[in-house]
Amino acid sequence: MAIKNLDDLRKIKESAKQAMSARHESETRVTVGMGTCGIAAGARAVMTAILDEISKRGIQNVSVTQTGYIEMCRKEPLVDIVRPGEPKVTYGNVKPEDVPRIVSEHLVNGRVLSDLVVAKI
Amino acid sequence: MEKLARAHVLCCGGTGCSSSGSREIISALREKLAARGMSDEVKVVETGCHGLCELGPLVIVYPEGVFYTRVQVSDADEIVETHLVKGRVIERLLFKEPTTLASVPDYDDIAFYKKQQRYALINCGHIDPESMEEYIGAEGYEGLAKALSMTPEDVIAEIKKSGLRGRGGGGFPTGNKWQFTRNAVGDKKYVICNADEGDPGAFMDRSVLEGDPHRVLEGMTICGYAVGSDEGYIYCRAEYPLAIKRLQRAIKQATDAGLLGENILGSGFGFNIHIKEGAGAFVCGEETALLASIEGRRGMPRPRPPFPANSGLWGKPTNINNVETFANIPSIMRDGGDYFASWGTETSKGTKVFALTGKINNTGLAEVPMGITMREIIYDIGGGIPDGKKFKAVQIGGPSGGCLPEQLLDLAIDYESLTKAGAMMGSGGLVVMDETTCMVDVARYFLNFTQDESCGKCTPCREGTKRMLEILNRICDGKGVEDDIPLLESLAQSIKEGSLCALGQTAPNPVLSTLSFFRHEYEAHIRDHKCPAGVCTAFVGYTINDNCRGCGLCKKACPVAAISGAVKSKHAIDPEKCVKCGACQAKCPFKAIDKG
Repeated sequence: MAIKNLDDLRKIKESAKQAMSARHESETRVTVGMGTCGIAAGARAVMTAILDEISKRGIQNVSVTQTGYIEMCRKEPLVDIVRPGEPKVTYGNVKPEDVPRIVSEHLVNGRVLSDLVVAKI
Repeated sequence: MEKLARAHVLCCGGTGCSSSGSREIISALREKLAARGMSDEVKVVETGCHGLCELGPLVIVYPEGVFYTRVQVSDADEIVETHLVKGRVIERLLFKEPTTLASVPDYDDIAFYKKQQRYALINCGHIDPESMEEYIGAEGYEGLAKALSMTPEDVIAEIKKSGLRGRGGGGFPTGNKWQFTRNAVGDKKYVICNADEGDPGAFMDRSVLEGDPHRVLEGMTICGYAVGSDEGYIYCRAEYPLAIKRLQRAIKQATDAGLLGENILGSGFGFNIHIKEGAGAFVCGEETALLASIEGRRGMPRPRPPFPANSGLWGKPTNINNVETFANIPSIMRDGGDYFASWGTETSKGTKVFALTGKINNTGLAEVPMGITMREIIYDIGGGIPDGKKFKAVQIGGPSGGCLPEQLLDLAIDYESLTKAGAMMGSGGLVVMDETTCMVDVARYFLNFTQDESCGKCTPCREGTKRMLEILNRICDGKGVEDDIPLLESLAQSIKEGSLCALGQTAPNPVLSTLSFFRHEYEAHIRDHKCPAGVCTAFVGYTINDNCRGCGLCKKACPVAAISGAVKSKHAIDPEKCVKCGACQAKCPFKAIDKG
């Protein structure tokens, strides 16, 4: 990989920044419930899909974390989204195919997807 | 493209942490993650030094920024299962403040880091030192790009504006130094990075080289552009193998990418860097001795002038700066000199890295703004003295520096204030001493070091330090005489005046500063035949008191069979045989052995 000019340098900088974005806690957080029942219901595939989508869109300043039970086993996989200054939104029965919509609508544009919401705190 | 990871686990791979097992922890974490099928989701990164070496190996889990200390290989499983799978913080591995013993989960809330201003060390511990991409992602090579868009004169003007002064100890204004080399006449010029860090207890340069090697390369390249040089050398001691390995790797990466070599970033400017491994002689940190060593000659200083800026390596104009100085350059170029100059005192701008060692809770590296007080460094950042002992002195500036007593703890630190107090900034080694330290013994330790490292060229340094050491040995052995103190002072003066380089000129400083602040300890040794701190064995004796139950443990512990006595009756120590090692006292369960 040759860096011949400033543009080459900036390109590498942008992709490296994206790759290192997990190294600071962002105000926007996506949390996936990964208790036993979450994983059984397919939470890992949802988590992978979220990471892929964020990576594909080059979104920075979003932290993706996981937690144990969110105590609504029936509605697993559960995904919490917290944006600065907004209430926490919990989505239930999330499938990998819902992820692009959650990312583009909620994370990028701030529009809550009412059909998937199970709780707002 | 590499998959985006949701969590990054940063493990310190500096010399401190890796010698306490961080490599094994990294492999264990990677294995457990692979077994869980999470290798893509969680990235394990080996970083440089975080500075809190006392509590290593250190592991930090992001995005939360949870700071785990003294992690063992056996903890890897729990970190993966509890933290990374279940998202729960592991309480028992959290950092605990030495002053309050409270657990602190968040990296940014730790007192050790709170008062620091990390500038030269900003990437250390936060990026993978073996990845050029991570350095670039952390704004790396932006300073170089900006410098190349300016004229060399403007680059030097920016460095002058920052007020940066040599971080290796001399404190000479860096911008002026660059100007001298730029103004020097010559078709070939050199840039040298002095990485011959030699002060006992100083390891800031090593940490920068190990944790952020590209920063030093970038700083040197900017310097090359400013002074009109196309070739640089890093003079690094061979006993820093990890630093050399990371530098070699960084040089190769930068050369392959075109950030070193011909026509850098399309500017037409070219620069190459070589590494010269030194054998670790202390005197080779002196610039003219360093030059001799690179040229393949014996490392001995020569008189200046001519200064290296006019006649340096192979007689060509040469600019020599220390590692920490170069590490400041890229950010100064990027942020502008004014930002750097916004910290510090009237004469000393920016930040300085100090290596905290000795009797202090948080042994490690701390970068602080100039003008901070010694008290803040030792008590707020360093966490104070362990075991509730009392502070006695702090040795600053290595073997060329001096010891400062308690009444100077509130001194605002800069180059001038330290020199005025009889110490010096030096490379920034801070050795903290508590009440159990004998100041005569400390002076003897440092003089022993400089005596050993004297190259022998100047007679006052070669012979004078030897005579001073003999006197100090005599005092510590209880054979000091009344004339010894004036004799030490007169020898010190001759050595200071009669030596060519800083090694000799500063060698007597530890003796002079202890004489000025702790003269009573010298007098106690000579007149009262007492070592107030109870360190010098000549004045110490062990006796057994009536608490003795005759258990015989002391008898077994004694390495020279100086203890006798029948079982269940009071034992006795033969003072003729006793070597005063204290092993008996340490073993006695009944406090029956007195030291006095």
